[in-house]
Amino acid sequence: MGDQMQWARFRWQRLVSAEASYSREDTFSSRRCSTTYQPSRSGGKHRTVIPCLARFNEEYEKVSKSYMNNSIRTTKYTLLNFIPMNLFEQFHRAANLYFLFIVVLNWVPVVEAFQKEITVIPLVVVLTVIAFKDGLEDYRRYNFDKQINNILTKVYSKKHQQYIDKCWKEVHVGDFIRLSCNEIIPADMVLIHSSDPDGICHIETANLDGETNLKQRQVVKGFPEQGFEVNPEKFNSRIECESPNNDLNRFRGFVEHPNKERVGLYKDNLLLRGCTIRNTEAVVGIVVYAGHETKAMLNNSGPRYKRSKLERRLNVDVLWSVVLLLLMCLTTAIGHGIWLNNFAEDPPFVVPEPNGKQTQPALAGFYMFWTMIIVLQVLIPISLYVSIEIVKLGQIFFIQSDIDLYNKKLDSTIQCRALNITEDLGQIQYIFSDKTGTLTENKMVFRRCSIAGVEYSHKDNGKRLELYQDVDSDDEEYQTGTLNTKSDLKAQSCKTLNRPRSSSSLNTLTDRCPSLHVGYAQTDTHSPCHMAFSSRMERDVVPDPQLLRKYNLISSPSFMPDESSESGSLETKYIIEFFLALAVCNTVVVSYPNQPRQRARFPDIGRTPLKSLEEVKQLFQRFSVRRFNTPSSLNGTDSLSNSTSSFTSRLSIFKTRTKTPTLFKGKEENISESSQKDQPSENQPPCNIEYQPEVEEAAGSLPSKSESTTTQPGAGELNYEAESPDEAALVHAARAYKCTLQARTPDQLTVQLAAVGDLNFQLLHILPFDSVRKRMSVVVRHPVTGQVVVYSKGADSVIMDLLDNSPKDDIQLEKILRKIKEQTQKHLDDYAREGLRTLCIAYKVLSDAEYEEWLKLHFLAETSIVNREELLLESAVKLETNLILLGATGIVDRLQEGVPETIEALQKAGIKIWVLTGDKQETAINIAYSCKLLRPTEKVVTANCNSKDCCEVLLNTLIKEIGESVHGPSGGPGSGFSLVIDGKTLEYALHESLVETFLELTKQCRAVVCCRSTPLQKSQVVKLVREKLEVLALAIGDGANDVSMIQVADVGIGISGQEGMQAVMSSDFAISRFKHLSKLLLVHGHWCYTRLANMVLYFFYKNVAYVNLLFWYQFFCGFSGSTMTNYWILIFFNLLFTSAPPVIYGILDKDFPAETLTRLPELYKSGQSSEAYLPSTFWLTMLDAFYQSLVCFFLPYFVYADSDISVFSFGMPINTCALLIILLHLVLESKTLTWIHAVVLIGSGLFYFVFAVIFSATCVTCNSPANPFGIMEKYMSDPVFFLVCVLTTVVALLPRFLYRYVQSILFPTPTCKAAQFDKMTPEECSREIKA
Amino acid sequence: MASSYNAKEEDGQLSGAAGSGGVGAAKSKKPDNTAFKQQRLPAWQPILTAGTVLPAFFVIGLIFIPIGIGLLVTSNNIKEFEIDYTGSDPASECYNCSQTLTWNSTKPCICKVPFTLEQSFESDVFMYYGLSNFYQNHRRYVKSRDDSQLNGDKSSLTNPSKECEPYRTSDSKPIAPCGAIANSLFNDTLTLYYINPNGTESVVPLIKKGIAWWTDKNVKFRNPGGSNSNLTAVFQGTSKPVNWRKPVYELDTDPENNGFINEDFIVWMRTAALPTFRKLYRLIEKKNNMIPTLQRGNYTLEITYNYPVRRFDGRKRMILSTISWMGGKNPFLGIAYITVGSVCFFLGVVLLIVHHKYGNRNNSAEIPN
Repeated sequence: MGDQMQWARFRWQRLVSAEASYSREDTFSSRRCSTTYQPSRSGGKHRTVIPCLARFNEEYEKVSKSYMNNSIRTTKYTLLNFIPMNLFEQFHRAANLYFLFIVVLNWVPVVEAFQKEITVIPLVVVLTVIAFKDGLEDYRRYNFDKQINNILTKVYSKKHQQYIDKCWKEVHVGDFIRLSCNEIIPADMVLIHSSDPDGICHIETANLDGETNLKQRQVVKGFPEQGFEVNPEKFNSRIECESPNNDLNRFRGFVEHPNKERVGLYKDNLLLRGCTIRNTEAVVGIVVYAGHETKAMLNNSGPRYKRSKLERRLNVDVLWSVVLLLLMCLTTAIGHGIWLNNFAEDPPFVVPEPNGKQTQPALAGFYMFWTMIIVLQVLIPISLYVSIEIVKLGQIFFIQSDIDLYNKKLDSTIQCRALNITEDLGQIQYIFSDKTGTLTENKMVFRRCSIAGVEYSHKDNGKRLELYQDVDSDDEEYQTGTLNTKSDLKAQSCKTLNRPRSSSSLNTLTDRCPSLHVGYAQTDTHSPCHMAFSSRMERDVVPDPQLLRKYNLISSPSFMPDESSESGSLETKYIIEFFLALAVCNTVVVSYPNQPRQRARFPDIGRTPLKSLEEVKQLFQRFSVRRFNTPSSLNGTDSLSNSTSSFTSRLSIFKTRTKTPTLFKGKEENISESSQKDQPSENQPPCNIEYQPEVEEAAGSLPSKSESTTTQPGAGELNYEAESPDEAALVHAARAYKCTLQARTPDQLTVQLAAVGDLNFQLLHILPFDSVRKRMSVVVRHPVTGQVVVYSKGADSVIMDLLDNSPKDDIQLEKILRKIKEQTQKHLDDYAREGLRTLCIAYKVLSDAEYEEWLKLHFLAETSIVNREELLLESAVKLETNLILLGATGIVDRLQEGVPETIEALQKAGIKIWVLTGDKQETAINIAYSCKLLRPTEKVVTANCNSKDCCEVLLNTLIKEIGESVHGPSGGPGSGFSLVIDGKTLEYALHESLVETFLELTKQCRAVVCCRSTPLQKSQVVKLVREKLEVLALAIGDGANDVSMIQVADVGIGISGQEGMQAVMSSDFAISRFKHLSKLLLVHGHWCYTRLANMVLYFFYKNVAYVNLLFWYQFFCGFSGSTMTNYWILIFFNLLFTSAPPVIYGILDKDFPAETLTRLPELYKSGQSSEAYLPSTFWLTMLDAFYQSLVCFFLPYFVYADSDISVFSFGMPINTCALLIILLHLVLESKTLTWIHAVVLIGSGLFYFVFAVIFSATCVTCNSPANPFGIMEKYMSDPVFFLVCVLTTVVALLPRFLYRYVQSILFPTPTCKAAQFDKMTPEECSREIKA
Repeated sequence: MASSYNAKEEDGQLSGAAGSGGVGAAKSKKPDNTAFKQQRLPAWQPILTAGTVLPAFFVIGLIFIPIGIGLLVTSNNIKEFEIDYTGSDPASECYNCSQTLTWNSTKPCICKVPFTLEQSFESDVFMYYGLSNFYQNHRRYVKSRDDSQLNGDKSSLTNPSKECEPYRTSDSKPIAPCGAIANSLFNDTLTLYYINPNGTESVVPLIKKGIAWWTDKNVKFRNPGGSNSNLTAVFQGTSKPVNWRKPVYELDTDPENNGFINEDFIVWMRTAALPTFRKLYRLIEKKNNMIPTLQRGNYTLEITYNYPVRRFDGRKRMILSTISWMGGKNPFLGIAYITVGSVCFFLGVVLLIVHHKYGNRNNSAEIPN
């Protein structure tokens, strides 16, 4: 069994992401793998959990002691080991090792360049700064841990035989823990008791994955029966489960009872640490994983570390610096040897060794090499790495404080999860985008449907959606009371028309005045939790009048068989079944807003509403009657019932009303009527659009209903919490037709049908959605007919294949069915073309025998521990056959606001955008058009193949075709190509032999849309393009299926929105809207890149320019490693005097204002081609640095040649010139200067002078031999000193000044031009750029 | 450079006001809308346009050229006379001395070098000795001293710093002053004679005080024992540097110029930056407004030739120079200023032409901001 488990884990690891990401192909391939897979060392390891009870003592001691307890420690250090550990950590960095190397080198007497303590300074400064930062971070973590560890929880004590309060950290594996509602789960535990009679418990996993909808957890089978509350003392089973792992979606194991009976455990039995118990009074669980072994902790993998493109480039140049350093040291070493060799006798200035002997020239040269490494150490820009870190923190601070990236509705701003790739944002060449939830809102709204081959266009619904699109989406938050009023159709349409005005005015009001919000918050007690529920836009569905009429006819008894044709009656049945399917076939959890987090349920299941049972039966029998009347009898019920007396009596009441010629009557009449009825829900006029289920009224007839529905004033607003927005949309749609899902328990569904009232479906099975089957089904027992019915919904491609194609006895029926199928397919295609998401709804009735047979199989699958997933899949596939097509739905997923503009801007910026979606080709193309990814002016080529050879031919043809049209005469500007490729073809194209061709083709295309692609393919595509084309790729997505793609890309962006947090957790940056991408890339990315690139270049320049001064001096001091600068000033020059300006430059410089960058996305191209930091710019900078250092050294040299100047006096003007040049160079390179720049630049300069003056005034004998005493004072009073400084600075900066000027005048790059565009109109700008 | 003052409209909000805006409301994550956080600080953009660059060039040219001319004139007005007395040439007077001399010679070798001043030196004259190819800036040489010993520290006197090795002790007695710099003290004695037109020689009075920096003489260099004028007693128990002929307390008879505060010694101890250097030796003060300090005519330089430079190909010079506000004679700075000024002016003209030729293409660039 262990091996199997290991195998399963292996497979899961292969699949990278959660359930959603596994495809059929992969399942098969991994199955093949399993035969060759060898269990690893840890193979067969699993854990046994022994309950912490007195009688298990011995065993418990033996087994459980080795498991971790629940205290967590996320800190790296303790108070005692902080210094050694931190130093150890820090010396893992190459940069610090370099410093250490220099320090050690300086302690070797023969190579000693400075006093020993001086070289320690940089190391100490860097170590202290970083240690301080680490310490602070760690302390914060420590406090947080302490807080968590000391939360109290109720743990069963074997000593006291009761639950006592204990801290979280004292919880051990095997402990029994009792939790109440709203408590946080302290450790991963198996649920063995819930106060819920059904043995379920709800948890909210927001802490874990950010999803706010409730999840159900199930007590382990066999335990709910154990009476009121499980007594731990009576617990005498043990638990076997797998070793701790980080897969949140999987848990396997079994409970072994003393009688060796095993009960399987899975995900649904496990309560995860960090989640919150909701809706359940009390639960008891036994801890299986604690502390760091819990799934939540194992999933917690700190911030991500990626190396940016710029940093890789930078490292190359650092290596060049090393080469340069070695060259310089070598020159000096050889020079020193030769110089020494020139003297026949020892001159007085060559000091012998302490023993009085002279060193051999060769050996002296060798020593000199090392000395020079110390002297020229600054050439390796070690401080650059520290500075880059600081700069990136600053950049992230500014990105996060950007108000444009703030989403008011979610109160969320951008999250930067990766701290060190900000500059990659400015170099993106390819964007790979998910569609649903990324480009679109992922707010599914029911738009139209087709039932039994008849299309219901839902025109009003469409209108409503358009209107919604116009008004600001903020009003979705706002709940209007007017919706609860009952109104007729006229009023409804009127309301629809009025909406934009009223809502927008209200919207502005709510914006300005928070008190309004408070007011609404009172009516809706948990308004902050809105996100969990569908917005009003999604809830309101305006029914189609035609469909509504038909539908109401059924519910009204006036609907008689003679009024409809034969197919019509079939249609009527279909309509009912269709809406039942919508309401039933889902996993939606119902709750009431007034009772936050209280699941709507009727605790007493046994008490079925008395009123309806008989009537409902009659209603369904009525259909049966008609069914029998038609020649094509389907599953006939044996009882052809005549109308009972009660039925006819009710019928007569209905008849009085419905016989009125107009169906749409005034509402007064209806209300007066309805007040007389005990079934008001049936009395609604057909046109009454009801947004509020008639709970109150229904309660009248159901006195025993739960308190939640009756006692709350204003109750009735049901909330549906769905796993996917599609489901919620469908349930809401069904509800618009008054087929309302009222409650759900694990084994029962209550649906309120307008005509008949509450129907209780016995819920037999849910076959959940998965991406392989692409459908879900529920198996219920129909409350009326008592038959077992399977409702399925799923992608049209799969459902269509599963339809019942068996030849029927009845040709007419077969014809009808075929016609329905054809019609539906036609409608589906229409929907897809319109950009709607399509789903097919089908059902099937099982005979009891069939069901029994299937149940056996399914039970086997369910109870199997090994291969459970596969067996369940097989069993599901077995059931979902021979379905009868009911109809199809079209759900609209609105584009997010600003998406077309964003895509247009990004494309202008030269970024190629690929959309990778799982949707149908037509849907994908349509969305691509509407978001302007595809343009009407350009050709869209589609690639759909069924074989590899076909694919190869196709790709080659396409390349040729595109090539011809590009080079041909017709290929003018504006006509581009876009490729649409489907998943199957993509699979062939991604085959090794075709990859090159495929990429060649895509390179020619402006945009690529991959539809029907699996998550695995998504990541394959990203990886391929990234690696083969060597481009910087960005992946953006919102769902679990995008995780692998996000992880593979250079920059992964998660959209925090509807689909939980998995994408966000794996992303580098998390934004809340797609439109934010444009500012993030075009503005912040551009800035970050240019800033950092310029700063890096400046750093290299600075170090080379300064260090070369020392190098040139070697030619005048016998290559003896002498420095003309005071050692302290030498060390501080880099560390203090010139360190702040580049950092400020790297954080604040703006080459263009944000407005210009947004207006002219073309400017982004400079970052893509790394214009700011190319090898050529690097060497140009180096050349400039060389020139400047030459000027800075030789001008003072010629001035002071053959004078009485002393060593350290000579260094003073040179050093001062260097400082001025380096600071003014920055001014020259800066594009903007703010007061912060001014303060820092002037501060740095002043700091230098003040330091030098004070140092040289106070240091009488210190710092031998470079004693600065009196030097500064002497030279500050010397006019020549200032004349030299002015001349040197001007001469050194002249070429760069000239270069910049000539560049801007004679060869204006688009970048330079745009600086002037600020004063132009946009038209002029675009004209200029094209020119 | 154009200064386009780029003041974007400020949001009236201050960060503090925005932070505490919503009273009682839950803390929003909304970033503060301040100019700083939104990166909208008013900024000065150094845009290089013709309108700003060309005047800059002309201004630089116009400022630099006069300065350069001034410097050059000043430098040219400085009178300087230099004579090499190394004696490497067999024909020269000091040839014999230079050939026989070693550090250990006891017998002083004297040579006389005659020379003629073509012009009279009107103002105060500085007398330098110059050395060439003498690397006083060698790293190990520069280090080889003990500043606290020179500052009069008693303990350093008897126990000099290790940096002085191998010139730290001699015959197990500490050397005062220790180190290679002190050891290689320049010890030629130069005397200047004016040959009167009538043929008689008269000694030119040389002043040996005031040649060192004031700070060095009065603060940095101190004799041990403070005001104790009996230097012989103070330096008891120390040894003279190996190459010296006499101990440090016999450098001069004047107690204000003896021991560590001997100005010749102080000047030597300030190590030169470059291998060819000069050091101030004596001052010749102008006595009378009517008579030049040094008249034109014939002079004799009498050298007590003690300092060997032959083995490292060194040269020794004596330099006489008048002094100005810009120090000694140095035409370089003046020439450099004139050159740079001219180049800038020239560039300005060229760019003006270029700009007029190509300027039409970029009208916007001309708009001065």
